[in-house]
Amino acid sequence: MNDLARRWATAGLLLALVLLPTVASRYVTYLVIHILLLALNAVGFNLLFGQTGLLSFGQAGFYAVGAYTCARILLAWPSLLPGVLGGTVAAALAALLLGFLSVRHTRIYFAMLTLAFGMMIFSLAWKWRAVTGGDDGLVGIPRAPLQLFGLVVALPTVERYYYVVLVAAVLAVALMHRVVHSPLGLALRAVRDSEVRAEHVGLNVRRLRLVAFTVAGAYAGLAGSLLPPLENTVTPPIAHWTASAEPVLATLLGGIRHFAGPLVGAFVLVVAKDVIVRFTVHWSLVLGAVVVALVLGFRGGLAGALEALTLRGARVRPVSAAAGEEGR
Amino acid sequence: MEVFAYQGLIGLSSAMYLWLISAGLTIIFGVLGVLNFAHGSLFMLGAYLGYTLYGLVGVPFGLAVLGSMATVAVVGAGVERGLLRPLYGLDPSYQLLLTFGLVLFVDDLAKLIWGGVFRIPPIPEWLQGSVTLFSRPYPIYNLFLIAVGLSVGVGLWWLFDRTWWGRAVRATASDREMAAALGIRTPTVFSSVFMLGSALAALGGALSTPVRPVAPGIGAAMIVQAFIITVIGGLGNLRGAFAGSLLVGVLSSYGTLWFPEFELFFIFAIMAAVLLVRPQGLFAR
Repeated sequence: MNDLARRWATAGLLLALVLLPTVASRYVTYLVIHILLLALNAVGFNLLFGQTGLLSFGQAGFYAVGAYTCARILLAWPSLLPGVLGGTVAAALAALLLGFLSVRHTRIYFAMLTLAFGMMIFSLAWKWRAVTGGDDGLVGIPRAPLQLFGLVVALPTVERYYYVVLVAAVLAVALMHRVVHSPLGLALRAVRDSEVRAEHVGLNVRRLRLVAFTVAGAYAGLAGSLLPPLENTVTPPIAHWTASAEPVLATLLGGIRHFAGPLVGAFVLVVAKDVIVRFTVHWSLVLGAVVVALVLGFRGGLAGALEALTLRGARVRPVSAAAGEEGR
Repeated sequence: MEVFAYQGLIGLSSAMYLWLISAGLTIIFGVLGVLNFAHGSLFMLGAYLGYTLYGLVGVPFGLAVLGSMATVAVVGAGVERGLLRPLYGLDPSYQLLLTFGLVLFVDDLAKLIWGGVFRIPPIPEWLQGSVTLFSRPYPIYNLFLIAVGLSVGVGLWWLFDRTWWGRAVRATASDREMAAALGIRTPTVFSSVFMLGSALAALGGALSTPVRPVAPGIGAAMIVQAFIITVIGGLGNLRGAFAGSLLVGVLSSYGTLWFPEFELFFIFAIMAAVLLVRPQGLFAR
């Protein structure tokens, strides 16, 4: 895709997203909110995995920090913005703290450490009854009105709330696009491709990893804090390590080497799940088989496969073959 | 004091399940460098197969356990040859992802095949009853579990320390290329190690059937425990896995008795602390 086509595609997608609630049913709108939440989480995760080369199995922990913090704020002070911002900041702080400890390791040790931290957050959500409501979770969270510059927008319907999520998602994804294409993004990729060389050109590898980890945590927290106003409840399973796999799978499915990969993956994952569970309860069976096939055959994900298709016969770009083949 | 000792003994027997699953996990990591997310699912598969053979078909308990181990070992060989082999040499993250995909697949497959609610089959007659320890009845089955766990420990030590195969495995683990240059068939070593690990997981699973209910979720629950143990003991360290199993089994036994609220948190906190302070494991020499 050249630049112009990409711009048109982006504009078309945005237009479709804006018009969606006027044409689609309430259920579809609700589903798209979930796609946007997963996309936010996955875009953040891919900064960590695709860009920096760190596989975290603890993203659900930060998602839950965002969700629970936002829920507590909304229960005390029913105003959407403080809830969402508070949740995001809390998740970013948690990620900064745990990231400071985690980035000493890479690869499997890093994955294990993030798994342990994520499960510590899960056990707090599950057992710390006074704050989190224990296994009952928190209920009756209001979809509080959006108060901005003295303007008060009530959000009684899913359709109205959809626009809040859409604006947040578009802003966050656009910001991530800037980050990935900034010198910081380049530095992160340098760390991923060779830690030693990155260090030799004077990059502070550990600090860069910490930045990526914190940003990923903030994105997970933003996604998480947009959840309670939609569902009116938060429960501990969102923090469990098996939930951490969702952004991982979305990213892998879409393609880790493309900016749009996690977005495509989130869309396909949520839609495929919705369609498949109509026919069979064995959604995990299908998902598991897809993951195995992706890892074995299509490490570039859907975006990588699409690119390979569109580039066939056209100019040959040697970089596309490198998708997922670092073999460090 | 007697409560303390008795609760320790209870913990000791549940530590044996943990030991059987962690032993396989840590051996596979030590030799192949693969951290097998699906190892808990192999435990679960072993439990389901043991249950089917012993509880449904009516095969004698010992045979059912052996049959379950053999079947899961074959499954393990298939996974290693067919799925993992193409990934050696890539970023280890892909092996984690693949075995995670297997967890989803196998757990749901078990639901598809076995589904429903499960009865616990009776303990075989020759293992029924209890003895009095610390003035409380202690099930003979638990003593049997401890005996099996210790025998497996001795057996593994003998296998790795005293046999030609064990030397080949250790050579492969410390230097794959050099071992291959010496004429060791490293692909065969990989497969056999993966089969051994799978069989051990199945042994743990099959032995759990007469006392613990089997359900699709046990795979995910067991693998997290096994991760904790292998991390505490040091990834790839068999002796450490044994000590770690005892530590976690006994500590959670006391934990559920005295501070059930924070048991889970503390165990993960210990795992994180070990990874931070002593990533080579508490029991590394």
